[in-house]
Amino acid sequence: MAAKDILGRRGEDVAAAALITRGYLVIERNWRCSQGEIDIVAVDGRETVFVEVKTRSGLAFGHPFESITATKLARVRRLAAAWCEAHPGSYDSIRIDAVAVVLPSSGVPTVEHLERVF
Amino acid sequence: MPIGRTSAVALIGLAGSIVEIEVDLSSNLPSFVLIGLPDAALGEARDRVRAAATNSGCALPNRKLTINLSPASLPKHGSGFDLGIAVAALAASGTISATSVEAVVHLGELGLDGRLRPVPGILPAVLAASRAGASTVMVPSGNADEASLVPGVRVVGVASLRDAAIWHGGDFTPVVVEPIAAPAAVERVDEHLDLAEVVGNEDAVEAMMVAAAGGHHVLLLGPPGAGKTMLAARLPGLLPDLDPQAALDVSSLRSLSGLPVGSTLITRPPFEAPHHTATAASLVGGGSGVIRPGAAARASHGILFLDEAPEFPRAVLDALRQPLESGVISIHRANAVAHFPGSFQLVMAANPCPCGQYGAKDSECACPPTARRRYLARLSGPLLDRIDIQLRVARITAAKLRMSQETPRTSTVDAKARVSAARARTAARLEGTPWRLNSQVPGSWLRSRGPRLAPATTAPIDRALERGGLTMRGYDRVLRLAWTLADLDGAEIPTADHVGRALYLRRAA
Repeated sequence: MAAKDILGRRGEDVAAAALITRGYLVIERNWRCSQGEIDIVAVDGRETVFVEVKTRSGLAFGHPFESITATKLARVRRLAAAWCEAHPGSYDSIRIDAVAVVLPSSGVPTVEHLERVF
Repeated sequence: MPIGRTSAVALIGLAGSIVEIEVDLSSNLPSFVLIGLPDAALGEARDRVRAAATNSGCALPNRKLTINLSPASLPKHGSGFDLGIAVAALAASGTISATSVEAVVHLGELGLDGRLRPVPGILPAVLAASRAGASTVMVPSGNADEASLVPGVRVVGVASLRDAAIWHGGDFTPVVVEPIAAPAAVERVDEHLDLAEVVGNEDAVEAMMVAAAGGHHVLLLGPPGAGKTMLAARLPGLLPDLDPQAALDVSSLRSLSGLPVGSTLITRPPFEAPHHTATAASLVGGGSGVIRPGAAARASHGILFLDEAPEFPRAVLDALRQPLESGVISIHRANAVAHFPGSFQLVMAANPCPCGQYGAKDSECACPPTARRRYLARLSGPLLDRIDIQLRVARITAAKLRMSQETPRTSTVDAKARVSAARARTAARLEGTPWRLNSQVPGSWLRSRGPRLAPATTAPIDRALERGGLTMRGYDRVLRLAWTLADLDGAEIPTADHVGRALYLRRAA
C-alpha cells in the first residue's frame, strides 16, 4: 500500500470514529461500484448521509476541504443514487457531507465536518 | 451571526455612491462567490483577497464566503473594493471587530503579498463618502495624502491588510512592510512660460489678457510661425488660482484619470492640448465599462487648446458644443450616465487655408478659393458662434522685431495682476447674479434696463446690426467683450472706444 493510501485509510478511520461519537450510525465503508467509491455511508436520525473524507498530513499544500471540487461532489451525488438503487429500501432524505482530517506525523489529528455540501 | 459588513464607494464619472459590502460565511466547502455586478477587475478580487489574506498572516476561514455588493444593480468596477471585501470577510469570521469594520469606509487594492496598492479616483471617492456621512475612511498609505485633501473626514492610511486588521482590533503582531507609494506629482512646464517672450503681436497679447479676464473662448487665425501656439500656451499663466471648489474638481478629475495628485490640491488651472487625431471619446470622455473623463473634462476650470483646429474631425469638434453651452459633459452609455464638469475655456488655433499662407504679407497663398473656403468651413457655424474672440495673428516682421527690442513688453506677472484686478471688478459688478465672468452673462441681461449702454456708445454695433454685418448673437458677444475691456481698463462702464475694440476682436477673422 502506498503511503498516501495508508494516510487516506487512517483518515477514514478517524472520520468514522468521529461520526460515531456524534451519534451517527455507520452502515457502510468504502462501498464500490463501477462509477467509483463512497468513503462512508451513515445514518443520522432519518437521514442517510454519504460522506466524502479528505485527509492531509499537513496544511502546507492547502486545506483538505479545498481539494474537494464540484466535480468530485457531483460524482458522490451519482454514487449516492447508485447506492440507493443497490440497497432497496425507503430513503426519506439523503444528504452529502464532507469531512476533513488533518493527520500530522506527530500530534493530535483534527477533524472538521461540514453538512450538506452539495 | 457570521456576517461581516462594511462600505466602499463606486464611482460613475465624478459622482460616487456608497456600496455596502456584505460577507456571509456559511458552513460549506471553501469557495468565494462575488455577486453584485462586478466587472472583470473586481471579479478577480476573489483571488487577490484570498492570497493577500493568507500571505499577510490573517487567513480567511476555509468555508464558503458569499460577498454581496449592494445595491446589487449598480455596476461596479475596479480593484478598489479589495480592502473592504477582505476586512468584511475577516469580520465575518470573527478575527476582527465587526462593529469597528462596519463604521469605516474601505478603499484600496490588495497585492498578493497583502500590501495595499494605491488606486485611482481616491479623491472623488473619499469626497462621496464624506458627503454620504462617513466619518472615517481607510485607504492605502500611498493614497493617504490625496484622501486627506477632503475636509471633515478622518483618513486612516494603512500599508497592508495586516495593519488594517490590527487597526480593527485583530490580535496580530505588527509587521513592518514597505508601503507602496503613489506616483509623485510632476511639475508642469507651461507654468514657467512668460508672456514677455512673445515679440511683437501686441494685439494678440492684449487679446489673451481679455480672454483671461472675461473667460472668453478664443480662435487664433494665422499663418504657421505667427506664434499662435506660443500665445495659447501662455494663457494658463494669466489665469488666477482656482477657488477651493474648482481645485477639488480639477484634482478629482486628475485622480480619476489615474494621474498623480500629490499632497496638496491643484490650484493652477489645467491646460490640455489634445492632438488633432483625437477621437470624440478621447475628447469628451467615454468607454463602455468604465466611463473615463476625456481631455475636455480634464481641462475643466482651465484651458482646452485645440491646435490646428480644422484638422480635427468635424464630429469631434461638434461634440464640444454641448459642454460649451451647458458647462457639463454628460456621457450616456447603455448601463450608466456619467457627468463630468465641462466648464473649460476653449482656445483654437487655425491656419487660414490648407497651405497656411493666405493673408500673410510676406508669401503667396497657393490654395484655390474653394479649398480655402472649405478649410475654415470645417469649423462649424454653431461652434464658431460660441467663440467670443476671433483674432488674426500675423507673422512678425523684421521691423517689428527691431522695434520690440526697444519697447517694454508685458510680462506674465503684470498681465496676471491686471487680469485678477479685472476679474475682481467683474465679480463685484455681478454681485447678486449667478455669473462670475463676463463670458457667462447672457446678452438679454446686458441689454436690459440696468446695464444697458448709452445709444451713443453702441452706435457702431447698432449700425452693423442694421446693415446685417452683425447678428443679434454677435451683437451680444461684442457687448460682453466691451465689458471685459472696460473691466481691464478699470472703467466703470464701457465707452465707445471699448465697443470699437471689442468689435475688432470679434470681427478679425
